[in-house]
Amino acid sequence: MSVADTLRYHWNVNLLGRAALRWRRWQTELLAKTGSGWRSEILTPPLRISAWTKELVGRHYLQGNFAHLHDKVAWVTSGAPIEFLRALDFYVLYPENHGAICGAARVVVEIASEAENAGYSRDICSYARTDLGTLISGKTPVGKLPKPDLLLACTNICQTVLHWYRVLAHHFEVPLILIDTPFIYTQVSDHALTFVKQQLEEAIPMAEKVAGKSLDQRKLKQITRLSQMATYLWLELLERCKHRPTPISVFDQFTQMAPIVEMRGDAVTVDLYSAMLKEVNDRIAQGIGVVPNEKKRLLWDNLPIWYRMRYLAEFLGRHGIVITASTYTNAWGELADLINPEQPLVSASRTLIHTLLNRGAGDKLATMRRMIDEYNLDGVILHSDRSCKPYSIGQIDQRDRLIREYGVPALLLEADHNDPRSFSEEQVANRLDAFIEMLGV
Amino acid sequence: MSGIKALGIDVGSTTVKIVGVDTEGKMCWHILEQAEPRVEDQVERFLDHTRQVVGTLDRIPLVATGYGRGLVEQATRSVTEITCHAKGVYREFGHGGTLVDIGGQDSKVIGISPEGKVLDFVMNDKCAAGTGRFLENTASRLKVPLDRMGDEALSVVEEVPISSTCTVFAESEVISLIAHGVPVASILRGLHRSLIKRTVAMIRTVGIVPPLMLSGGVVLNPAICRLLEEETGEKVVLPRYPQLMGAHGAALFALEILNDGSQVS
Repeated sequence: MSVADTLRYHWNVNLLGRAALRWRRWQTELLAKTGSGWRSEILTPPLRISAWTKELVGRHYLQGNFAHLHDKVAWVTSGAPIEFLRALDFYVLYPENHGAICGAARVVVEIASEAENAGYSRDICSYARTDLGTLISGKTPVGKLPKPDLLLACTNICQTVLHWYRVLAHHFEVPLILIDTPFIYTQVSDHALTFVKQQLEEAIPMAEKVAGKSLDQRKLKQITRLSQMATYLWLELLERCKHRPTPISVFDQFTQMAPIVEMRGDAVTVDLYSAMLKEVNDRIAQGIGVVPNEKKRLLWDNLPIWYRMRYLAEFLGRHGIVITASTYTNAWGELADLINPEQPLVSASRTLIHTLLNRGAGDKLATMRRMIDEYNLDGVILHSDRSCKPYSIGQIDQRDRLIREYGVPALLLEADHNDPRSFSEEQVANRLDAFIEMLGV
Repeated sequence: MSGIKALGIDVGSTTVKIVGVDTEGKMCWHILEQAEPRVEDQVERFLDHTRQVVGTLDRIPLVATGYGRGLVEQATRSVTEITCHAKGVYREFGHGGTLVDIGGQDSKVIGISPEGKVLDFVMNDKCAAGTGRFLENTASRLKVPLDRMGDEALSVVEEVPISSTCTVFAESEVISLIAHGVPVASILRGLHRSLIKRTVAMIRTVGIVPPLMLSGGVVLNPAICRLLEEETGEKVVLPRYPQLMGAHGAALFALEILNDGSQVS
């Protein structure tokens, strides 16, 4: 990268872009202060700090727009170990997170259709179709996506990524690192942990070669430490929802989770979540809940329905119902204790293999039961996500056992996290109405 | 008729029903018609008819249920058909159990507690398989009147398996079977079996807590009850007016509003 490229990068990202994003943040904060920017009689306005989260996510994608001038780029799956990539100064892009942005911006049908027209089946995950659609057409709400120099896929979230990232590797003609994580049915074996760690050890030289530099172990430890701090803060934030009334709902958690996914290991992520925790503490001190007159508290299982979050929040909020916790947002915090900054690779192997979707269905049921008790919840909504088979498999049995063995009402809601064509509003509304009546609200 | 104290209207996808109850909650009057495209007009006509019977609707609360419940502007409140069916059936039998409602375009299984509360439910409303539409579609192809389908199916012992669960593909399969000279009654029996197997899968999701109770227009077809008993090994019980259980339940909620303004429970 030339000096001119570096100058162009800093001019666009750190001067113009940063100023524009900061200006937008100030405007949002001003609107939040005056209370004029929020149009819902049912829900409490989002956290004031949301403006900062938006700024950070905006900056992340802005950096992506100009990354070719400044950084090597790695595309990674959501369950992948990114600390060593960040220590090698890669710009890290999560296609799944980009998919979620497309989902929330309601442009998935247009983008995914490009992939479907190219022959990709509608039965493939809608994140994958969104990513492949962007690849084919260049359509994206974030300007553009930087081309990868390296791909890193980890099988701890699903098997789709194996095929998806092979397509990417073929398309971009770049190296693909694959980390295979043996599934944990009951308990993890030492052999499985060693297997994952050895793959990481083999991956590092490959990444070093692409980065054109050697891995600085001190930097890796520092980034792992920041990752752990952010993960602990995220967990603490979620645990604040044990309070009644719930200070932030699961829908707030969904919109605030982008940094713990794609900016884990950055110092600013730690700052953001520290400040967020303060604001949430203020809410608790003032007795502010997400919905006025909170009557029932629910657990959400599976990914969000990105294009219908406000609709669902208001639908439930109208009846004094708040979704307090979710197995999904919890998955980004529950492994904080397994991170050890002094042994980054051992720690990465442990967290990779213990990811929620890499553990048996019984383990998820146990997690749900624990959360129901700890968060004092009255029922469960299990989003049967057409796109995410690993998350959805077992839900019928989990629902059955929650009802029969635990006496907790549970509803299976069929939809898709990103594709609105799999969301039938009338049917969803009817099920929710009946479930609400069943809860006795 | 002056006995009507409260009204329930069930605006379903295939039929619209209105039921009037007396002070005891006993069904004392009803109308049932095929659903028309302009639901609002049909509801208004129903209410005009009701006015002719009761004089004024001023002090008679109306609760709406069914898919079109949101279109009934005149309703005091609306309650889902799940809760209303459970209420209506509980009133009829006085005990809990497992209710199977097979309607024109959806089907549902509801677990009801001994006290009449909804414990659990599953619905099939995204696919016509397992609903009345499945039989209706093929009945026209076989040129058998709907009300004769069940008797025809039960008139034979032999049945041909219909492997397609999809309504549209089942129709193609039926055409093929006719072309191969398979007797119509055997095809009909196979079609009923297919529908019932689909329904049983839903029942197993909720879990059978006896007795098995049936409601919905489709259960007027005798083959449905017979085959359901065969497939589940359980005796099934039918209310006197299977099509009116949702509207009756809605009317009972309306009566609660009239009596003490209590909430839906």
